[in-house]
Amino acid sequence: MNEVQGRDVLDTMWRIRHFEERVGRLKRADEVHGLIHSSLGQEGVAAGVCRQLRDDDAVYSGHRAHGHAIAKGAPMDRVMAELMGRDDGLCHGLGGSMHLVDVEHGLMGATGVVGGNVPIALGSALAAQLRGDDAVAVVFFGDGAVQAGHFNETINLATLWGSPLILVCENNGFAEFTLRSAHTVVERVSDVVAPYGLTRETIDGNDVLAVWDAFGRFLEAARRGAGPLLLECLTHRLSGHYEGDPAKYREAIAQDEWQQVDPILRLQRHGIGAGWFGSDEAAAIEAGAVAQVEAAVAFARESPWPDEALIAEMVYAGAVDA
Amino acid sequence: MPRELPYIVAINEAIHLEMARDEDVLYFGQNMATTENEDFVKAFGKDRVRVTPISETAEIGLAVGAALAGKRPVVELYMAEFMLVAMDQVTNEGNRFRAMSGGQVTVPLVLKAGYGFAAGWAGQHTGVLTNLFMGVPGLKVAVPSTAADAKGLMATAIRDDNPVVYLHHYLLTLEHGDVPEGEHLVPFGEAAIRRSGGDVTIVATGWMVDRSLAAADTLAGEGIKAEIIDPRTVAPLDTKTILESVERTGRLVLVDQAPRHAAAATVIAGEVAEHGFSSLKAPIVQVTGRDATVPYSEPLEAYVIPDEERIAGAVRRVLGTSPVAA
Repeated sequence: MNEVQGRDVLDTMWRIRHFEERVGRLKRADEVHGLIHSSLGQEGVAAGVCRQLRDDDAVYSGHRAHGHAIAKGAPMDRVMAELMGRDDGLCHGLGGSMHLVDVEHGLMGATGVVGGNVPIALGSALAAQLRGDDAVAVVFFGDGAVQAGHFNETINLATLWGSPLILVCENNGFAEFTLRSAHTVVERVSDVVAPYGLTRETIDGNDVLAVWDAFGRFLEAARRGAGPLLLECLTHRLSGHYEGDPAKYREAIAQDEWQQVDPILRLQRHGIGAGWFGSDEAAAIEAGAVAQVEAAVAFARESPWPDEALIAEMVYAGAVDA
Repeated sequence: MPRELPYIVAINEAIHLEMARDEDVLYFGQNMATTENEDFVKAFGKDRVRVTPISETAEIGLAVGAALAGKRPVVELYMAEFMLVAMDQVTNEGNRFRAMSGGQVTVPLVLKAGYGFAAGWAGQHTGVLTNLFMGVPGLKVAVPSTAADAKGLMATAIRDDNPVVYLHHYLLTLEHGDVPEGEHLVPFGEAAIRRSGGDVTIVATGWMVDRSLAAADTLAGEGIKAEIIDPRTVAPLDTKTILESVERTGRLVLVDQAPRHAAAATVIAGEVAEHGFSSLKAPIVQVTGRDATVPYSEPLEAYVIPDEERIAGAVRRVLGTSPVAA
């Protein structure tokens, strides 16, 4: 990561952090009415991966998708409008938090079914292979998805066909409300796929420099045709499973401990040390992110509700013939 | 020029023609390299004709992803029940992408599967799942009953920008019929009137069309003229043609091989009861499969599936029990 990339990644992470915190407050104020899963604390994975991708690389996400969308380049005001169910939302308010799609920026889909997008991402990778270009498909999923059959089915096919699919596991230790140890005896996701022989690595996902470095290598390999690769990022979900979840099943992380592992503060310390920016500049980047989030909220509040006629139009592509 | 072809050959001809016409059309399946599919492999190569492992979820899921990326996959699933293995992909992912994205994407995908066998294939290879899929937003469902429609509906399915569940009836596989050469497209949502008659409307799909035609022959000997309508696609459903027919005949018998409480017949009955009630001279009668798993034993298998006698009996009932003077 160089200085320019460092600033961009820091800015992206601050935007995600303040976006997620703001969405939490809007949810509590009932301005956001749907089911919301926050990616607070996991910003390093989204930014370290998506900021290296092009618009023609397909990204698929799960139900914790806000950070991926913002990092992939989706305009925050339209993401916020989507969460508020407005017509200017990315999907005219029809998809909401769990189904963010922004084709223009290569965010092809997010699913509410854990791991449901893993095989779909393989389809995008196969299409790139058939086109003969060097685009890749990236799919984000949690460690909970790994126990689903479709995960293994996809790994088998992707390795069989050598498809340019990069599987990015955000292993936050919880499958919804339950500790990983209650789901599986396999400690690392990267161990689950070992027999298939694909390139795999487990890294500290809260160290965005490590994410940047590992994913950068994977991306280059995938573009060269090295087949599927799996990057397991150990990370930490600061929030409960969903917005409003009292999360009594987990112990709160101590504030001073979090300060040490927070991906944003870690990059900030590194950037200042490396002379990429001063602490004032870092504070200005954060303040800019806050202002952009507030502008997104204002934009979303101004946006009209979608028209009822949309419903019939969206069921089928093409003419509605009956 | 029409010529006689078996139903199954007509389907393959449509896929072949569409693959030749559009290089984005792909064909996935679990046994694609076997002798019966060798023509496809030879003509279009192993990139476009792909063998998949027994992994329905990944197979259908990757077809969804390829469709999102601009390809037009046809997935060969053999048995309709195998879609049940991958229900998330069929009824909760591919079909919803367009709506959930606010119209940003399309998913041009064909899920081809056989159904309805009544030849001792027992519980898990005989199902009629039409209604299961017709009620799923975003899916189109085609159920060809003739060789010509088998070709025309498949070609339309491949060109359609939506996920289509294409269900071919196993008992029609070797039935011959006139099939037009070259490009032949059958529009979705347009029912065919298989036989005209003014006394009673019979709506049937797939193999039940044949059984209804046989029943109509018997009834004709009794002076009863039955009109037989084949919707050809149940989603979209051509209720207009059905309602117009009921307006002429005043009587409706619905024939469906699916279990009574999971039949397209039930949906049609509701539509006609709501929108065509004033035309009806007698209650609607549904002749359906029984609410049971299709049994193995031959006489019991025959018992759960509608036959000519039950259809003819239902017609006599609606003609003989008219509550209102005609």
